Amino acid sequence: MKIVIEGNHALSYGAKAANVDVVSAYPITPQTQVVEKLSEMCASGELDAKFIKVESEHSAMAAVVGASAAGARAFTATSSQGLLLMHEILHWAVGARLPIVLGNINRAVGPPWSIWTDQNDSLSQRDTGLLQYYCESNQEVFDTVLLAFKVSETVMLPTMIVLDAFFLSHTSEIVEVFGPEEGAKFLPPFKPVDYLTPDNPMAFGNLTSPDSYYELRYKINKDTLRALDVAKEADEEFEKIYGRSYGIIEEYRTEGADTILVTSGTVTSTARAVVDAWRDKGRKLGLLKMRLFRPFPIEDVRRVLGNRKKVVVIDRNIGFSIGGIWAQEVKAALWNMRKQIPIFGFIAGIGGRDITPDVINEILDIADRLEYPEEEVYWIGVKDGQISYSRR
Amino acid sequence: MGKYPIAEDELMTPGHLACQGCGATQAMRYALKALGQKTIVVMPACCWSVIDGPFPHTSLKVPIFHTAFETAGSVASGVKAGLEMRGDSETTVLAWAGDGGTFDIGLQALSGAAERNEDIVYCCYDNEAYMNTGIQRSSATPPGAWTTTTPRGDRKRRPKKKIIEILAAHGIPYIATASVAYPNDLIAKFQKAKGIRGTKFIHVFAPCPTGWKSAPELTVKLARLAVESRLFPLLEVENGHYKLNKDIPQKPVREYLSLQGRFSDMTEEEIQRLERDIDEFWQSLLIKENSGGLLPGITS
Repeated sequence: MKIVIEGNHALSYGAKAANVDVVSAYPITPQTQVVEKLSEMCASGELDAKFIKVESEHSAMAAVVGASAAGARAFTATSSQGLLLMHEILHWAVGARLPIVLGNINRAVGPPWSIWTDQNDSLSQRDTGLLQYYCESNQEVFDTVLLAFKVSETVMLPTMIVLDAFFLSHTSEIVEVFGPEEGAKFLPPFKPVDYLTPDNPMAFGNLTSPDSYYELRYKINKDTLRALDVAKEADEEFEKIYGRSYGIIEEYRTEGADTILVTSGTVTSTARAVVDAWRDKGRKLGLLKMRLFRPFPIEDVRRVLGNRKKVVVIDRNIGFSIGGIWAQEVKAALWNMRKQIPIFGFIAGIGGRDITPDVINEILDIADRLEYPEEEVYWIGVKDGQISYSRR
Repeated sequence: MGKYPIAEDELMTPGHLACQGCGATQAMRYALKALGQKTIVVMPACCWSVIDGPFPHTSLKVPIFHTAFETAGSVASGVKAGLEMRGDSETTVLAWAGDGGTFDIGLQALSGAAERNEDIVYCCYDNEAYMNTGIQRSSATPPGAWTTTTPRGDRKRRPKKKIIEILAAHGIPYIATASVAYPNDLIAKFQKAKGIRGTKFIHVFAPCPTGWKSAPELTVKLARLAVESRLFPLLEVENGHYKLNKDIPQKPVREYLSLQGRFSDMTEEEIQRLERDIDEFWQSLLIKENSGGLLPGITS
């Protein structure tokens, strides 16, 4: 069934299609519609799930940890400060090997207060061990909920689905949705091997010595790497059943390209149009859309970028002093190829500022002009007036 | 159950890692005898995180989920919801936290669970300081006590937080205090809690010889003296109605204090003030009991 819904509701409908057992969440702008819709679904019986209405995001994450440990399929959603408050329990969910799915609406972190989009909330959770998918459209959001549960429950690690505040969360698009029966064709009921039950008493997560902790981390890393193949297979299976697929990355007009633009999230849609325009002018430009951030698809990135003349990364986030986080990851991925490919890192759109075709053209013009980046990171569109307005 | 009023089955095994004379182990042993095998323990950071034993061992014959310090109330809520969605509404979910995890860092999640009236038993075993980390003050540490963060010259001055009153303000169906010196009473209260739907909070007084600088063999005696001196009255709050155990003859608090190194610096003036506080607290409980419940009862 095709309906017109905003990105937040695409998450809610996705959770319904995944037939989740337990939802726990705390409201934060711009996430609220996700949980409002799920509350309605639970209240009406449209979704047979328990909704635990907690007093904080920390408790939301802890509650889904408890539910998942008891063998239930569990979902939560948050944004920005809420995700940061969850941070400790994100680590816990990974260490406890619980396949929870979390929707995060990318929102800038305070202070100062901002409700608009950027990626520093989710990307700063890089080393928690959550798998991370970045979405470009509402259909992709809906579909990714099912894909995320499939991957999570296969490798027993939690997944975060990331979408841009407002550009996706509050933007209505046509989405093909379906209910739990149709969803079960792809995603069977969750059947964990070990879970909390008096029939088989076990202690989960008790004290370890240096003799055993190390290997448990080794296994998380191994299963995180395994998630690359699992995600690809899940995507292929999804396509067979529903006719849609996204890959773990997407190449757009990369054939014969000298320069590849690397994007994530909704900037990708704008970048597609810019790439078309440059191609029309005969320029050899292509686009790499990053969908998976963790596990980082290192081999795919090397395959797409490894033989180009230039790589241009747009980051809607900042790792202070070292540049955009996607750019850092791309640099790290390419380094051991010993190709010395110039990688241009551009910061744009932080705090929800628009990344228009003009902004992307400005970025591409800079990269076009230079053989090698003269700066480690370029900030696009910095306003002198705004800089002088505040003392710090 | 045989000829004894207490179940003979042991759900806690020898070989655990507690200190000698640990009150918290007695509390767990009795609590599980009351709740039985169909129990899942949610265990935030506390002494029991260690007592349970290192991976791959455990000293309990029921499942334990170890979790972060401040999450007993929230994780227990999730476990209960998960069990119910799996069709198990019988198993008791027992949140088992220390005083730090209850009075301090876990208070928010506990308040949330109580406000939602989650169907869990929340037990706070109270040894009156952060004992697992090496005796630092908590908001459950009594006035006059020495801890490593309330050292000589700066001993605890503030009163112990009145956790029962905080929980009572949530309007949950069952609240009780219990002591390892009164196992029959403790077991009866856990059994009663098991039969009630909604949030049950049981506050168990659990002496800590290591932190209190007391002899390990005095644990039960100290727990009894705390009740007898009315420092830790045995009571229940059912649907807002206080019921105080008044059958235990009162003893002076001085013997209780004199058997513990942590109170050795208390002055005569401080002891007299403590005696006045004890009397006032007892009177306030009597008023609450006689009022027939200061809070509206449970509506759901």
